[in-house]
This record gives sequence, structure tokens and C-alpha cells, in this order.
Amino acid sequence: MKNKFLVAIVASATIALAACDGGIDPKAAKDKESSVTNAGTLDDVKKRGHLNCGINTGLPGFAYTDDKGNWQGFDVAFCQALAAAVLGDPSKVKYKNLTGKTRFPTLASGEIDVLSRNTTWTLQRDVELGFTFLGVNYYDGQGFIGRKSLGVKSAKELDGASVCIQTGTTTELNLADFFRANNIKYEPVPIETNSEARAGYLAERCDVYTTDASGLAATKSTFKDADKHMVFPEIISKEPLGPLVRQGDDQWADIGRWVLNALIVGEELGITKANVATMSSGTKNPEINRLLGTEGSIAKWLGLDPKWAMRAISANGNYAEIFEKYIGKNTPLGLARGQNALYNKGGILYAPPVR
Amino acid sequence: MAQNRDPSIKKSFRLIQLWTDERWRGLIFQFLLILALCILVAFIISNTIQNLKTAGMASGYDFIFDTASFDINQRLIEYSSTSTYGRAIIVGGLNTIVVAILGIFASTIIGFIAGILRLSRNFLISRLVGIYVEFIRNVPVLLQIIFWWVILLALPKVRDSLSIGDSIFLSNRGIRLPSPIYEEGSFWVLAAFIIAIALSLIIRRWSFKRQEVTGQTLPIWIIAPALIIFLPVIIFFMLGQPIGFETPVRSKFNLRGGFNVTPEFVALWLALSTYTAAFISEIVRAGISSVSAGQKEAARALGLKQNITMRKIILPQALRVIIPPLTSQYLNLTKNSSLAVAIGYQDIVSIGDTVLNQSGRVLEVISIFMLFYLTLSLATSAFMNWYNKKINLIER
Repeated sequence: MKNKFLVAIVASATIALAACDGGIDPKAAKDKESSVTNAGTLDDVKKRGHLNCGINTGLPGFAYTDDKGNWQGFDVAFCQALAAAVLGDPSKVKYKNLTGKTRFPTLASGEIDVLSRNTTWTLQRDVELGFTFLGVNYYDGQGFIGRKSLGVKSAKELDGASVCIQTGTTTELNLADFFRANNIKYEPVPIETNSEARAGYLAERCDVYTTDASGLAATKSTFKDADKHMVFPEIISKEPLGPLVRQGDDQWADIGRWVLNALIVGEELGITKANVATMSSGTKNPEINRLLGTEGSIAKWLGLDPKWAMRAISANGNYAEIFEKYIGKNTPLGLARGQNALYNKGGILYAPPVR
Repeated sequence: MAQNRDPSIKKSFRLIQLWTDERWRGLIFQFLLILALCILVAFIISNTIQNLKTAGMASGYDFIFDTASFDINQRLIEYSSTSTYGRAIIVGGLNTIVVAILGIFASTIIGFIAGILRLSRNFLISRLVGIYVEFIRNVPVLLQIIFWWVILLALPKVRDSLSIGDSIFLSNRGIRLPSPIYEEGSFWVLAAFIIAIALSLIIRRWSFKRQEVTGQTLPIWIIAPALIIFLPVIIFFMLGQPIGFETPVRSKFNLRGGFNVTPEFVALWLALSTYTAAFISEIVRAGISSVSAGQKEAARALGLKQNITMRKIILPQALRVIIPPLTSQYLNLTKNSSLAVAIGYQDIVSIGDTVLNQSGRVLEVISIFMLFYLTLSLATSAFMNWYNKKINLIER
């Protein structure tokens, strides 16, 4: 009886597998493929009536809820500008809060149209994971903070130190590369959340704490004895953060890229939230006219209506306004523009021309 | 089976019998059910794979041969940032196994003691244990892990670390112990250690036999430890101290050399042990209460001492009730160890998270987690089932 049973199981399993092998309709599979990667995301978004945007689960300045429970922040502002350009209303966004673990599968599976979640542009993500980065909206880099009493002036003098690391990006890799390149030893203490990593550093579990420089500035500002700590001069990695979309829909990627560029060009040309409405009825500057749709046909090339850039800028203002509103000098984060200033103001922020 | 003997009846099998014969019919329905189940499972699997491929999310496991490029602070096998992802995951898996095994040991000891004390007739003791159990098992274990970690961080800073004879140092960066350096001849010291353990087992067995015949007992709990300690020590000195020790020394930032037990490991181990022990103590209490009172009374009537009654009569019978739920507690402890990620103990989840962040292979890494915990849990329950069978009452 037992043997017969076993034979039955094996036989049915074989049949089932054989059936399934031929069971997938190649046409159906192909249809599915096209709907996930190649179909017009623009049409999908318009038909749906709202933009699905992936953001952080909560990161001061970049993505947080205000006292009314609405999502705000530097990364969120891009979603709103894109929704304004495409759908005509910056509030037509459905946010999806994503962790470092869930962000890529969620974008790849088509659950969101764009990921705007302080994500570093790397070759592997661009090429191997199959995404397209729309540009850089924040130039960051990994740095160290340590006590002044250590008597250390540079991260290269940290031989034998314990280093608290906030995990979640490629922080550990950058750190290992830096110490390997300088041939110095250290003890890594990788901790998942900023609050515990900070607690470990303050209790002197570690000599130094490392994370992105923007995060270090924010963390240092919360210390009671902030003047006893110093951020070391070394920035050991390049972390160009920016929004990204799935590879394969060039039209959608172009729209996203040029919404981001429009915000940067807006700063360059002095188009602000306050004056964008008046400027969009025509100015003497042909570049402004082209961008705001009174001259030329860039909107047609993008597949949008001529007022797209006007709406994108009027959502939260141009790049500078967004920066100052959420992460700039007068916010708790208090970040200086630094290398995120325009190329003609000492930074490296540079958008291609609108023509 | 009678008809089998008659070939003429066997030959007369007709197709209709597949339907009319109850046994054949049952078999056919079972076959159809399994077929349907297999088709369903195969469909789900192939559909998932197809969809993942379409979305560009199924890229395989080749990444485990790529260079990891990150460091790990507690490693039981050779590992550096130039090793592969696969090796990093193995290092993490071993770290999980270490904390699970040590946690199981400690929680069993604490749990059994607490369970027995809970039944003590001493009001104060039983109440204190009761408070421990109720408090610990009603607070989430993640909070307890962070609690122990914060407590350990309040130890002296590394520059003012407490030291015992300038060779063992205690600070909020862990306990730093001298690490052994094996020189020529150290093999014999280890051999002596193993031989001493084997010898004590033989002596124990012999003493039990002797007790059965003559009724006399040997103080085995003195003989065995003495043998296990002194035999290797004697050999050690006879061979001219072949095992040296590298003692930690203070350096600019940290202590250097020796072997470091990190506060993250200690916090995780303490939290998991005390938390699981609270559950185990309740299981032990239930087990002991399940042994009929007549057993205890009979033992007392025979004039047996209280601790012998507990050890030789109550516990062996209680164990049969204790083992099955105890197994679940061991499995829980192993799985709870994944909370280590909160305080930075580099277990398989902590390291796997780094791997998936760097490689972007989320599904692949999570499937490795699942396979790892499944294997570990099945191995634990297989062992416990074997032990359960072994201690079962042999009925005559």
C-alpha cells in the first residue's frame, strides 16, 4: 500500500510538472512583460489619475509627516512636482513608504511609478538591477564624527578604533574600502537604526560614528555637548542621491528627468513659486519662454501640455526653494548648499540646457 | 489476501473494479487529489518564477561568489573584506548558531531551576520566581535585548576598563580575554582533556553497576571534575607549558590582542536566555505537577531524601511531559536571535541585510534566511524527538 502510494505521488508530480512546462502561454507571458516594463507609464498614470511614488519610511528633512499627517520633505517634493507636471495637481500622489529592503522589488514589480527615496546612483543599480536614474538631486558622501578629546585630526589616524555604523546603504562597503586602502585595522559595529547607533557612539561603545554627511550634521545638532565633537574632513565616498524609474520606458524616464532639470533650471533662471505665474505669460528671456511653454514645442516632444514646467515649479518652488524649505540653513537639519549649489555659485549642480 | 493465492481470481481483474472495488476507488481518489495538489503547487511556483523574470527580479544566486567588501567583527572562520558574499553569510550563520546553542544551554539551566523553585514550599522563593516569570515573559524580547545592551554600555569606558591581573579586561566594549597560542605538544594537553572526560564517563558507568550490586555509591561529582581539571594540567606542566597566552594590551583607541566577547553578544545571549527561561520554568512546573502525588508519597514512605526523590523519581517522569513543549521553546529562541540586528550583533540576518543592500538580491537573500532557519529548526526538533523517544517510559 505504502509503495503504491509513493508511486502515485511520483507519477502525479511528474505529470503535473510536464503539464506546467507547456502550460505557460508564451503570448500571455509576453503581454505581461510589456505591461510591466515597456508600456506607457505616462498613459497608466493619467488613466489612474494619481502617481504612485516610493518614499522613505521617515527621514528628517527628506520624507516626514507634518502635523496634519501629510507627507512632506525634500524627496517628497519631487513626487509632487512630477504629479503637478503630469496630472496638473501636486496632491495627486499616493505615497508608498519603503525600507532599504523593499524599495527595489517594489519599483521593479511596477507597484510604484517612481522611487524618490535618497537612493545612491551606482553602476550596479543602474545597469544590473535594471533601473534608470533621472539625475542627482542631492550630492552626499560618507563621513565620520568623533570626540575632539581623541586628539585625532583625520580619519586616517583611526588605526585600531571601533566604528559605529548605521547600516542600510553601502556604508559598510565604503568603510571597509577606505580602511583597506589606507591599510588600517578597525572594529565595525553595524547597527540598524540611527537612534541605537547614536546611543552606542555617545556611550563610547565606539570611537567614531559613520554615516552620510547630511545625516552626521543632523545627528551632531542633537548632541548636548555638540562642541566637543567634530566631523572629520574626509568624505570617503560619493553618494549622488536621486530619483529613479524602471528601465525600458524612455518616455517616462525623459519626463522625470526633465521635471528634475526644470526645478534646477528654474533656480538658474530665477523662476520662483511666486513669479512663475506671471513669467508663464511670456518674458524677454527665450529660455524661460521655452521652459514655461510660451515658445517652442518641448512639451509636445515630452508628450505633455505646455504648462507642465510652470506647474512643476509652482508645486513647491524651484530647487533652491525646496532645499531651503526642507533641509536648508533655517531647518533643524541646517545643511549648507555646499556642493549642492549651482555650478556658477561654487557647487556642482548643473542641468543641461532647455532647447 | 486470500484471493491472491488463487491465480484464476487474480486474472479476472476487470476495469470496472477500479470503480466498484472500494480499495481501488480510494486509491484513485487519493491519486487525483495529489495530482490536483501537485498541479496547483507547480502552477504557483512556475507562475511566480515567470513573473519575477518578467519584472527582472529573478537573477539567480551567482552573487554569492562576488566579493563582499565589508568587515565582520565576530568571525569563527577566516574572513576578510575580500572574501565572498557566500562566506560572509556562513560567518553570520555560525554566529547565529553560537548564540542559539549557548542560549539553549543557559535557558534550560535557569528554566529548570526556576521551575523547581516556583514549586518550593518557601513562600518568599516561590513568589520571587513568580515575579521573575511574569515580568520577563510579558515584556517584548526586543526591548529586553536593548535593555541589556544599554546596561552593558554603562560599564566603564575602555580607557578605564577594569582588569584582573592585567590579562582580563572588562569595559563597555566587551570582555577581553587572553587567547591561547598553541605550540608544539599542545595536542597532548587537549588529548588528555578528552581522555579525562571519557574516563569519567566510564567511572560513572562502573559506579552505577557497583551500586546495583553492592548498594555503595561513589562521590562521582567530585571525582569527575577533579579528573577533567587535573589530568590536562599535569600533562601541561610535564610537557613544559606548551600552550601560551596572548594577553590583551592597551593601545591608543582600544585593547589589542586576545579574544573579545562583545557586549552585543552578551546582551543578546542574556536577553534570549532569561526570556526563554521564563517560559521553560512554566513548562517544568507543569511537568512536575503532572506527576501524581502518590509517587512522591511513596518515595517518602521509602525514606528517600527530598533531592533524590526529585532527581530520581519526579523529574524523569516529568521530562516526558516537558520535552515536547521544550522543543518549541528552543525553536523560538533560535528564531528570536534574528532580533540581534537591532543592537549590531552580526548574526545571519544582520549580515544578510548588508548583503542584500549591496547586491540588491532581496528575494534570493531572504530565501537563504528561510532555508537556514528551516534547517536549523528541523535539526533541533529531530534531535529533541530522538531524545524524547529515548526517555519515553519503556512499558513492560
